[in-house]
Amino acid sequence: MTKQIRQLDRVVIRFAGDSGDGMQLTGDRFTSETAQLGNDISTLPNFPAEIRAPAGTLPGVSSFQVHFADYDILTPGDAPNVLVAMNPAALKANLADLPRGADIIVNTDEFTKRNLAKVGYQASPLDDDSLAGYVVHPVALTSMTVGALAAHQVSKKDAERSKNMFALGLLSWMYSRPYESTLRFLERKFAARPELVAANVAAFKAGWNFGETTEDFGVRYEVKPAKMKPGTYRNITGNAALSLGLVAAGVRSGLPVFLGAYPITPASDILHELSKHKRFGVLTVQAEDEIAAVGAALGASYGGSLGVTTTSGPGVALKSETISLAVALELPLVIVDVQRAGPSTGMPTKTEQADLNMALYGRHGEAPVAVIAPRSPSDCFFAALEAARIALTYRTPVILLSDNYVANGSEPWLLPDVESLPDLRVEFATKPNGEDGTTFLPYLRDPETLARPWAIPGTAGLEHRIGGLEKADKTGDISYDPANHDFMVRTRAARIETIPVPDIEVEDPDGDARVLVLGWGSTYGPIGAACRGVRQRGLSIAQAHLRHLAPMPANLGEVLRSYDKVVIPEMNLGQLAHVIRARYLVDAISYNQVRGLPFTAAELETTLEEVLKNV
Amino acid sequence: MSEPVAVKLTAKDFKSDQEVRWCPGCGDYAILAAIQQFMPELNIPRERTVFVSGIGCSSRFPYYMNTYGMHSIHGRAPAIATGLSVSRPDLSVWVVTGDGDALSIGGNHLIHALRRNVNLKILLFNNRIYGLTKGQYSPTSEVGKVTKSTPAGSADAPFNPLSLALGAEASFVGRTIDSDRKHLQSVLRAAAEHEGSAFVEIYQNCNIFNDGAFEQLKDPSTRDDYLIRLEHGQPITFGADGQFCVVHPPGGFGLEVRDTNSVRPEEIVVHDATVTDPAYAFALSRLPGLDLRNTPIGVFRSVDRPSYDSVVQAQLAAAKAKVTETPEQQLAGLLGSGDTWTII
Repeated sequence: MTKQIRQLDRVVIRFAGDSGDGMQLTGDRFTSETAQLGNDISTLPNFPAEIRAPAGTLPGVSSFQVHFADYDILTPGDAPNVLVAMNPAALKANLADLPRGADIIVNTDEFTKRNLAKVGYQASPLDDDSLAGYVVHPVALTSMTVGALAAHQVSKKDAERSKNMFALGLLSWMYSRPYESTLRFLERKFAARPELVAANVAAFKAGWNFGETTEDFGVRYEVKPAKMKPGTYRNITGNAALSLGLVAAGVRSGLPVFLGAYPITPASDILHELSKHKRFGVLTVQAEDEIAAVGAALGASYGGSLGVTTTSGPGVALKSETISLAVALELPLVIVDVQRAGPSTGMPTKTEQADLNMALYGRHGEAPVAVIAPRSPSDCFFAALEAARIALTYRTPVILLSDNYVANGSEPWLLPDVESLPDLRVEFATKPNGEDGTTFLPYLRDPETLARPWAIPGTAGLEHRIGGLEKADKTGDISYDPANHDFMVRTRAARIETIPVPDIEVEDPDGDARVLVLGWGSTYGPIGAACRGVRQRGLSIAQAHLRHLAPMPANLGEVLRSYDKVVIPEMNLGQLAHVIRARYLVDAISYNQVRGLPFTAAELETTLEEVLKNV
Repeated sequence: MSEPVAVKLTAKDFKSDQEVRWCPGCGDYAILAAIQQFMPELNIPRERTVFVSGIGCSSRFPYYMNTYGMHSIHGRAPAIATGLSVSRPDLSVWVVTGDGDALSIGGNHLIHALRRNVNLKILLFNNRIYGLTKGQYSPTSEVGKVTKSTPAGSADAPFNPLSLALGAEASFVGRTIDSDRKHLQSVLRAAAEHEGSAFVEIYQNCNIFNDGAFEQLKDPSTRDDYLIRLEHGQPITFGADGQFCVVHPPGGFGLEVRDTNSVRPEEIVVHDATVTDPAYAFALSRLPGLDLRNTPIGVFRSVDRPSYDSVVQAQLAAAKAKVTETPEQQLAGLLGSGDTWTII
């Protein structure tokens, strides 16, 4: 039968199921198909820290949200238009996020008395009118998958497991997605077990064909490709982009990259990714603890590598003493903090921006470092390069503040031309720099960058000792001289404060905004989407976003003071706002949320409109 | 990196211009002098030698060596040295540490460096006291020790550093004494020649806070009866007149000391540092009593095991061997890998 095709400009789909149902993979595949079609995309995975929470329970629900459109989008979407619920727990956990009228596709096979009871449903919501406000599509996903695979040489368990591919097939049909990349993916993934390739492909096709034949799905949708800049794209998560940025930093500097890391959510993927790139000379050490991880990275930097350590908040706390040592030694070091909800173990798979204070101030003594934050998944690539540039040029630790939202979220990335990436080459010291021509002064600075020479072991004639004890200016000898200490503390501060960073840019299309929204890091997307919403209502608002948090752009004070009001939304209790108030004496309005989830554009829009009313 | 210069170095070449600031009479002076004198015979250029230390009196050591050096933070020297050594296999990396630095705050890094068999020469100056912080008991202080922080006597059982190192899978374990320069140099020589981690405990006297801690091992009137000088391939006998020996007791697990006259010569254990099973070296490490009687010195264990550095470098070399493109070409290929699409 011929189905009606309806055009949409944007769709938000959320795949939700048990931790073991393969929802992250399903979402990933749908995203990849959507990328192939040329839509703009933004994704939001949301999963528990437990690998397999008890099956069918609310804590075990894992979901993946994908937003795609025929125009450029900034967020994974506030509310899903479509929910795929693989069991009653997935329905219950996600229902509150759905607007009335949304489509719900449920796997009816899982709506058993036992599974309903597990999440506190007295009666099946499919049987009463509690879902009357939605368009419910009951689909016997599991049994239809098993039926479709009856002739396949796979166990019942493996057949049931393929139900996520049935769901993917159905959704791919509904939204007219090209599926060749998924078939190729399945061939790669199960290369060692051809019977599973066949079963998964069959399940996918059964889902597709079900959509085409059943009368329950009367309409098929299309979302046209977005107008995007010409070039080659790939879909990329923040952690993957950050890893590639570090590899690129190695190539562009000509230095070996050394990663010391200890496994921690949500940063471990960077260790996994970098451990695959040995052919670039990338050396990874999974250390015995967080302290050893940063220690090894610092030792490698001392030896002439680009030393990197990757972690999350609790790990940064442990590394703090070694970062201070790196401040004293004045060696390059990149510390990646993929922030998660704290304090302590907090919510390890949920996002937050509450490590800003720690990054700026969390060390003993006066120990300034450079701090930068990426604004989106693909921006993690460029942020990693920028962190490496600052670390190598200014011989300083740099903290790169990613977070779980950008780390695991994804978006299309216009691949850069390798030759256009910054040149990060450095020069090691090769000969004595003292006036007598024979002495080496390890703390004689470059007058422009204030960086000291990087004299690596193996260089004859430059043998010298460095350490955590205060050093005399120029000679680096141990010094307890009061005036010298005062000078060295101020010099270390000046070293960071005078790093040239690009001016902050303001986006104010109307040019007459009186309110500025200032953000940093991963809130760029939601703030941008909210500002668009405000402007669509005919109001003016300006947006500026900080990439460099230490040092801050030179024009920031002037920009802030040119607006009547400054609003600072953050996923913490106002850490940037505190800095802005202290540094610039600007009475910023702090808007905060710490729910472990990114802001929705809608809630920010409402907040901004309230502010605008009072200008 | 420049080529090594074929100039014969002397002890003087290894002395830095820094004033040595240990207390007068400290055992560290003897160790420093012994090492400065010994370094030239390794024929390793000074610029390829790096001393990394933590915190404590012993950890000031790198400042006094005219090589590359890093005085780092408390307990972390093995971790920092691991990053340096594994990324720079051309260097000779030495860690200088103390009983507090290595066994208390840095215990984790020490055991993991040893199990990985990182190519580090780890010298633990054991004076059984915290010196730099002015006299608290350390993880090697004896039970009941009265110190500033234990006025009623320490309640802690001490570590036996060699037993700990052996339990951590160390491939080379030795012990020597600050005051016996010749012996100290012989153990360091063996350590330097060892591929992988070499762990050397050096009994060192703190004349301010724990003076005479090892006196019985140094006093000419007692030392021969207290010290067991291990020699590879030689029967283990000791005492001024060779009156004591070490045997495997029948039915027992470890080693015991007997009167030489009371056993048949073939019952005396012949020292073999290359025994694969660490139980033998462990049994040696358990011989000393609380009064320091039966203290073995020398090389307890020296077995072949690939160093971490060599395995890691081999993996890197294997991966790089397949590369035919320039780094930029490789990078362009990596960035464009996976599912891509092109918009015209």
